[in-house]
Parts: sequence; C-alpha cells; structure tokens
Amino acid sequence: MASVALTKHLHRFFPSLAPSAPIEIQAGSVAELIGALDARFPGLAGYLCDDSGSLRPHVNVFVDGRPIRDRLGLTDALDAASAVHVMQALSGG
Amino acid sequence: MAQRGDTLLLGTRKGLFLFERRGGDWKPAGVSFLGIPISFAMIDPRTGVLWAGQDHGHWGCKLSRSRDRGRTWEEVAAPKYPEGEVIKNSMMSVDPKAPEKPATLRYIWCIAPGAADEPQRLYIGTEPGGLFVSDDGGETWALNRPLWDHPSRLAGQWFGGGRDHAGIHSIIVDPTNRKRLLVGISCAGTFETTDGGASWTVRNTGLKSSFLPEPNPEVGHDPHFVAMCSASTKHLWQQNHCGIWKSEDGARTWANVSENGGPANFGFAIAVDEKDPQAAWVAPAVSDECRVAVGGALCISRTTDGGRTWKALREGLPQEQCYDVVFRHSLDKAGDRLAFGTTTGNVYWSDDRGERWRCLGCHFPLVYSLRFA
Repeated sequence: MASVALTKHLHRFFPSLAPSAPIEIQAGSVAELIGALDARFPGLAGYLCDDSGSLRPHVNVFVDGRPIRDRLGLTDALDAASAVHVMQALSGG
Repeated sequence: MAQRGDTLLLGTRKGLFLFERRGGDWKPAGVSFLGIPISFAMIDPRTGVLWAGQDHGHWGCKLSRSRDRGRTWEEVAAPKYPEGEVIKNSMMSVDPKAPEKPATLRYIWCIAPGAADEPQRLYIGTEPGGLFVSDDGGETWALNRPLWDHPSRLAGQWFGGGRDHAGIHSIIVDPTNRKRLLVGISCAGTFETTDGGASWTVRNTGLKSSFLPEPNPEVGHDPHFVAMCSASTKHLWQQNHCGIWKSEDGARTWANVSENGGPANFGFAIAVDEKDPQAAWVAPAVSDECRVAVGGALCISRTTDGGRTWKALREGLPQEQCYDVVFRHSLDKAGDRLAFGTTTGNVYWSDDRGERWRCLGCHFPLVYSLRFA
C-alpha cells in the first residue's frame, strides 16, 4: 500500500481529510492513486487534475521525494512502499 | 418583500461579499469563500439560488450554490469539456509551436438563468469558449455542440482577449422568446441562436476592430460586454474593445455610438435600462493601451438618446489621483439603482440613475463582478 500525504490546504474543501494521518492506497501508478483517492473523497481528483486528467499547473506530486515525470498521463509507477506527497506550488498573492 | 436591487453581490479576488438594502443604506450580509477568487456570482431570480464560480489558483475552477443566501454552500460538478476536445491553434495563439491542446475549463466567465418558464435551465459561459447548458438545475452540464463546432471556431478565428483563450462572458436570453439567445465572445463577437442553440449566426455586421490588420472581419471582434433592453429585445448594446456600439435590429447591424471628444469610448462594462432602449451607462477608461480612469477621475457616462450624446456623471466619485477601472461584470442596474465595483476595490452606488454616487467601501479586493439580486 502506498502512503499518501495531502497538503493541508485541501482540508478546507475536504474536511474528512483531517486529521492528516497518511492515507494508505493500493495503486500501481499515480493515475490509479488519484482515481482511488477520488473514490474515497469524491471530487478530489478534480482539484488535482484538469478536465483532461493532467495534473493542474500549480499542483505537485512527489513519489519518494522526487517530482513525478509524467504530469500529463500520470504514468509514474508506485510500489507498495512508495511514499507520495501531494503539494501545492507556491504561487499567487 | 425584497425586490431586485435590494441585494448586492460582490465577486472579488478574495471572496464573495453580500450586502442587503436596509433603511436607505447597504448593510453587510455575509462573506463567503474568503481568500478565494470569485469570478462571477448571481442569484437566480426564478429559484433564489445563489451561484458562485470560483477560480482557485491551484485547484481549478469550481462551481457552488447556496439555497440560503450564502449561509451554507454545496459544490456541484463544474462544467467539463468532453474528452478529446481541443483548442485549435489560432491566429493569435499563445503557443505557436503547439497546433492544438486539450480543451479544459479555464475560467467561469458568467452564469445565466434560462427563461422564466424553464426554471431548471441554466447557462454558463467559459474560457476556452464553451457554452454549457444544464436542464436539471445545475446538477449536470452539457457543452452546446453547435456553438463549439461553429465553423469560425474550428477555423481558428476565435482567440483570447484579456485571457489566453476565447471566452463567453455575455449570455442573454430573450425574455419574449426562450429559443433566442445571444452570447458575447472575446474574441470572436456576438452570436445569436433563434432555435434554442441548435444553430448559431454571427452578428458582427457594422463593427470595426482596429486591433486587426483587416478591421472588418466577420469573426474576431471583442465585445467586452453585450446587453439587451428587456422591454425591447431588438435593442442591444455592447461596450466593445473599440468603442460603444448599439443595434436597433436585434443585433443584425451595429452602429458606433462612442462619444466624440468625451470619455465614453473604451471600457469593459455596459448597463442598459430595462424599459428605455435608448438609455445606457458605461464606465469609461483611458484606452486599450493605458487602462486607467480617464484624467485620473472616475465617472460613469450615461446616454438617454441612444448614444447621440453622453453625460459624464461624477458627483460623489473621486476626481483626482484615481486609477480605477470597472471590469465587464462589475456595473449593474436595477430600476433607478446603479452600482459598480473597481479593480482597486472601490464600490459606489446610486439611487437616482447615476446622478449622485455614494461609496459602499474603498478597501475591497479587486472586484470581478458586481450584480444586483
């Protein structure tokens, strides 16, 4: 099971995410992981990805500390020990 | 019983602010989505439902509704472009190396109720150019294919104005004919359907666009906002990028009624009297190149003779050191009441058709939309 930590900024829109203990998800890729997250927290995928399924420009996903390579197709592989962080980029004012 | 004009909605860069009219003044009546940009908000007069389009910097565009005037909110599925739809490269593409890219929801420009006798119908105008329709009170949204597939868009004649891609910012439902709609698209122009959206006709005859090498194209104009006189639906007005234009034949032809030698030329917003098709209000700015208040002084210009003459209404408005601009959805009218909000967070209102103005507040965030309800 991959372990997922989501930025606390998402708690405002998905109160059930708090408290922010890591979420355990069975997924072979980032795309599968976001699909599984959306099943558990309906609507969450639309916050992370646009209509075409690509990662939104100011959202970052890290797998084991490294930013994913495929922001369009989310094909980066996960394994049972993967630690995934979903962060927001610093932008705006 | 509250009437239209007794509620004021400010959609700002930092949230939605609601005001109610009490005792001859406006009182704060709630703040929603504090910190989140609200691109547009309105109350559907048929149902009383308050709608707000949010433009999160990180999380995309969202759509929410409230059945209790903002005390509680429910997020509903925002319009979604069908899989495989693309934005074609256009003559003013933001990325000439990419011939096309996926069409995704980039901005909720406006939300409009359908006709009075179809209370479940709503429309949403979006960037990159999709008109979305709901027939279930906003639960689900479908792209209007005939407009999206209009030959002019497929030929790359729509392009961005102000934002990266073409956007539908004006939606007018003819109150006498629910199958007749007009939409304003920047940049493309005004389009009309008389068959409920099954087919669309370009309505740009007479316009001139000085920012194009050929100033009279059929498509490619920039109507910043389009409005109709509800008592005389053949009368339409538009504050265009290149001046103020009026139609007296249902948008078939347009005539330039900009003020010669006065401030009423460039701007974004326009409001038309509900009863008198010859009366309209605009919020002048210097020009395309320098978007600030004309002469460092704020005014609203009004015509009561169909645009032959304009009067700059200044009483109560700052007349020096003023750089405010009024965006396209930030001037509204309800009977004798008018109000507008500015890019520097000032909001003014008038009870006498703009003769005298009072300040509602000078420390709001940038105002994207101001609508009476």
